[in-house]
Parts: sequence; C-alpha cells; structure tokens
Amino acid sequence: MKAITIDGISKKYGKTQALDQINLEVEEGALFGLIGPDGAGKTTLFRILTTLLLADTGQASVTGLDVVKDYKEIRKTIGYMPGRFSLYQDLTVEENLNFFATIFGTTIEENYDLVRDIYVQIEPFKNRRAGKLSGGMKQKLALSCALIHKPTVLFLDEPTTGVDVVSRQEFWEMLRKLKEKGITILVSTPYMDEASLCDRIALIQKGQLLSIDSPTNIIQQFSKPLYAVKTNLLHQLLGDLRTFPLTDTVFPFGEYLHLTTKQQLEEDQLTIFLQNKGHQKIQLHPTKATIEDCFMELMTN
Amino acid sequence: MRTILLIIQKELLQVFRNKAMLPLLTVIPVVQLILLSFAASNEVKDIALSVVDHDHSSYSRLLLQKMTASGYFKLQQYADHHDQAERSLQTDEVDMVLEIPNGFERDLLRQKTADLQLLVNAINGSKGGLAGAYAAQVIQNFNQEIIADVVPMIGTLPATPRLDIQYSNWYNPTLDYKTFMVPGILGTLVTIIVMILTAMNIVREKEIGTIEQLNVTPIKKYQFILGKLLPFLFIGLFDLAIGLVAGKLIFDIPMVGSLGLVFAFCVVNLIVVLGIGLLISTMADTQQQAMFVAWFFMMIFILMSGLFTPIESMPKWAQYFTYPNPIAHFVEVMRRVLLKGSTFADIQWQFAVMTVLAITFSSLAMLTYRKTT
Repeated sequence: MKAITIDGISKKYGKTQALDQINLEVEEGALFGLIGPDGAGKTTLFRILTTLLLADTGQASVTGLDVVKDYKEIRKTIGYMPGRFSLYQDLTVEENLNFFATIFGTTIEENYDLVRDIYVQIEPFKNRRAGKLSGGMKQKLALSCALIHKPTVLFLDEPTTGVDVVSRQEFWEMLRKLKEKGITILVSTPYMDEASLCDRIALIQKGQLLSIDSPTNIIQQFSKPLYAVKTNLLHQLLGDLRTFPLTDTVFPFGEYLHLTTKQQLEEDQLTIFLQNKGHQKIQLHPTKATIEDCFMELMTN
Repeated sequence: MRTILLIIQKELLQVFRNKAMLPLLTVIPVVQLILLSFAASNEVKDIALSVVDHDHSSYSRLLLQKMTASGYFKLQQYADHHDQAERSLQTDEVDMVLEIPNGFERDLLRQKTADLQLLVNAINGSKGGLAGAYAAQVIQNFNQEIIADVVPMIGTLPATPRLDIQYSNWYNPTLDYKTFMVPGILGTLVTIIVMILTAMNIVREKEIGTIEQLNVTPIKKYQFILGKLLPFLFIGLFDLAIGLVAGKLIFDIPMVGSLGLVFAFCVVNLIVVLGIGLLISTMADTQQQAMFVAWFFMMIFILMSGLFTPIESMPKWAQYFTYPNPIAHFVEVMRRVLLKGSTFADIQWQFAVMTVLAITFSSLAMLTYRKTT
C-alpha cells in the first residue's frame, strides 16, 4: 500500500488555479520532497492531504484512507507541522507538548522514544514559553508536537523556512532518523539544496508537477551543456551572455552565473566574446547540474 | 471528558498567564461597578433657577422661598427683567426661568387666580421634564397653603374637592437610585465581559494559526466548543460573585430574593452570551472584525436593555427587539430577585426566553464552526 496517493487533484481559489490535475504517489517509509517556489501550491496540497481543505476535483488518500470520507481516521494517524508556527506561544514548551499528547489520547512518556532525539535539545527550556524560543527551537518543538502521537505519515510544510543554516542541517538529520524509524515523511521546501536530501522529489510550479523522480535521476536527465561563468563585471555579465548567439538560458547561481547553451561550446569562443565586451578575469568551466538547474530548465520549457 | 478538561485547563492557563487579563477580569469590573453606580444617576438636583420677580410682594417671596427650600432648585440668578433671564437661559447659565408678573399677589387675593411663567431648558428631555414637574409640584403645594391662608380673610370659599396623595415607594422606600442601578449595572458588566472574551477567543486562535494545528487533531466539535465555553462561564460567575459582594459592602444593596436563583439565571444568560460570542468568533477572520461586531451588538443590547430607560416607555416595535436581548432579561431579573424577592415562578417567562435563546445560539455556533475550509 502506498502511504499517499493523489489522483487528479485540482483546486481553484477564485480565478487562481492553485493546483491543476496533480497525480502523485509516495511509497511507505519514504522521505519525499515537494520542491517549488512560493505560491507554487505546496501548502494547498498539504492542506488537502491533511483534511483541512476540500479539493474541487480528484481523489487523495493517506495510508489508504480517503481524505474526504475517512478524514476522522486520518486525523488520528498523521502528524502535521504547518508552515507558520502554530503552537500556543503563551504556553510553555512542556505544556504545549503535553497538550497535544493528551488530545491524541497519549502521554509524553509513552512515545518519548520517538521524540527523544529532538526533545532533549529543547528540554532545558521546557519551562520557557513557546513564544520566547528562537526560530530553530520553535521548529524542534513543533516537530515534537507533530510526532508525539506516533503518526504513520508526517507532513512538514516548509519546516526550514526562516531557519539558520546550522539548524536546517540538524533538522534534516532529524528527518533522516525519523525515516529510519519507518515514518513516511512528506516535506515541502523552497530551498533547492535540500532536495538532494530526499529519496524522491516532485518539482512543483504554478500548481503543476513538473517532474517526479529521485534527485540523482532528475539531475542525470539534465542533458544540456552547463557552464559556470564569472568575470569582474558580474552585473553586466548577465545581459552580455544573453546576447551571445549560442546561449540558451542564463541565471545567477551563487557567485557564478549558470549558462546553458544550445550546443557544446568552444570555450575560447565565449571568452573572446566576453573580452570584446570589456570583461576581464574571466572564469569559465563546465559544471555539474544541480536540482536548481533542473528546476530552472523545467520551468522555462 | 478528558479532552474537554484539557481544553478548559489550557484556556484558564492562558487567561491567567496574560498579565493584562487578570486585573481586567477582577479589579476593573468592580471599579466600573463603583464608578458607574455613583455616576449613572437619574436624579435631577440643583436645577439652576433664574427668577424675574416683578411683584416683590410677600407671596412672591414665599413662593421663591418654597422653590429653594424644596432642594431641587438652586437660585442662580435674580434677574431684573425678562430679557436678562432669557439670555441666561440661552447661554446655559440657568436651566429654568420663573417669572412672577406684576400684581401677582393682588390678582391672587382679588380674583383668586394669577399667572406664572415657567421657561424650562429642555435640551435634555428627561432633565427638562423633571425640572418642570418638580416646579409644578412646589407651586401646587404653595397653592394649597395660600388657600388655607386666604380663606379666613375672604370668609367662605366654595368647597373644592381635593385629592391628597400619599406616596409609598415599594421595594426601594427611599428611592435610592443606587439600589436600582447597581444590580442592573452588574448584570450588564458580567454579560459584556463574557461576550468580549468569547468573541475574541476562537478568532485569536485563527490569527495565531493554532486552530490549524488543532483542526488536524481528533478533537470533536462539541469537545472544542464546550472546552471553550466553560472557562468563560466560570469567569462570568466569578465576576458576578465579586460584583455582588462589592455591591453589598459598598452600596448595601438589598438582597431580598434567593442568590441561588440569581446565579442560576446568570448561568442561562451566560450560555446565551457565550453562544453569541462564539458565533461571532467563528464567523470573523480577524480580532478586529470580531471586536466591531461584538461592539455593535453590545451597544444595542445595552441601550435597549432597560438599564437606563424603562423598556415599557419604548415604542412597541422596539419592545419586541428586547426579547432576544440577554442584557434586558438579566437586568430585569437581577432587579426583581434582589430588590423584590421574586421567586422562580415570577421569572419563568425570562427563564423560558433565555433557554430558547441559549439553545438557538449554541447550536448556531456549533453548526458554523467547521474544522475544514
């Protein structure tokens, strides 16, 4: 049985098509990433799967339970961590965890094993009010609360947005451990670098799924020649590269620009082209595609 | 059951942890009760009087003396002529002008009749009305005395039938307005506090986003609603209790009827109010919206509650509007039970109406609250 199946789900808000005929399957025990920019429809899909929102058309099920018919059962078996911090800011860390444990008819002690790794990090602050925690600690508390009833499927909506790099790494490390315990995890993120940490990913853009595969497969499917370019006139470079006849796409990537070309490139040809435009200290080398390159590629098609 | 208790515990924890909230729920109502009860007086005293006495006779002086001795009037001005008095009336220096014409005493003795002119500033209708009525009462009294005075001088007087009215003010013998106002104000305060608290409650969870997290849990609707209602019911009853203690200690309000009955009615009243508050809260998206809607209803409820102006003197159509008004019934019941000692049998009608309202609003709140959008 699949942990999540989505079959032709569409949702409209007024005239905006938030989700357009989404089809997706997530294997049991997988760490599945939903990657896409803000406004792509990630949260809408999460809200449909967590029974908070009704889709216009299509069907979806979580652990074999229909999101419309069996919503009561689903609510008992899933854990959901909304994108916005949604715990009681005026209750302490411990009170929040206790509250959610009790609502699900369990206790902190009963499932302490599951949350221990995460909770020990915030336990020193258990008498502090949730509102007074740092961003990273809030995430850990929210994850603990979403886990305390031992869910079979965990939905994490942009859990690392607005969290520092170190905390993000820690967070993904925690997800990996949870996956080892057999929990299916569906996680959404706007950060492309996090995609490679998932078993499988789906790229989503404007309510449509662009590609569903493992990160390595997606990268391997990237067929165009890709170069990283950098000169002393970085600002001007973007415009100049666009006027280069063989250029397919150019976009900024860290301190470099990533350039795809319509055919294999004689590197000197481009160097001369750029020198003529007044660029110096030209660095140009072929580079391996990342998820971000694939995403940009899929988006422009 | 455990879930309901958990939510109640959580709500109370949040209320008491909020530093601004605790005094708002305990001290402020008492302060308001004291302040409003002293200030919201219907009594009209010290009416500023201007007198234009053209007669300067012993009778005109006697009348004047009677006016000032009544305690209602304060002689503000002794005007020389009509224009001066009228100007004072227009500039708000005085509230009433009494003009005694030339030959007042002479006409009274010879023709047994004389005219007086009263000009009353009626910009505040009830004050003007009362001032006029008080003056009429004093003049009437003066008239009776004159008859007694004059009869011996002119011999016989045709026997005129005369009605002498003796007042006895039941349930409030000294006509102390505080006795009347304190129970009413207390009822209004308790209702308002609970209504605002509930109206802001669920919408607050919506704003912070916690409702999202709650909605994906197996919490049942009725558990959620009950868990939200009960803490505020406790708070309302607690406020009623401290209000009654303050009323007894500070104003010595009578408590003739059963306090148990007062609390029992308060419970029904609060269920209605909680239902309305929750309904507002589930429909609104922001605390601001909820606040404005709650405020709108509260204004109507208070002004049409009979707290300040008797419901009986409202137009008939307006009286129908007071049926679904919880404050109107609560004020009425508070007064009746505390001052008059009404029993359950006397306030059955109010109980019946409130029970219907309680069921209506609670079910509406229950129906409109959705865990899915």
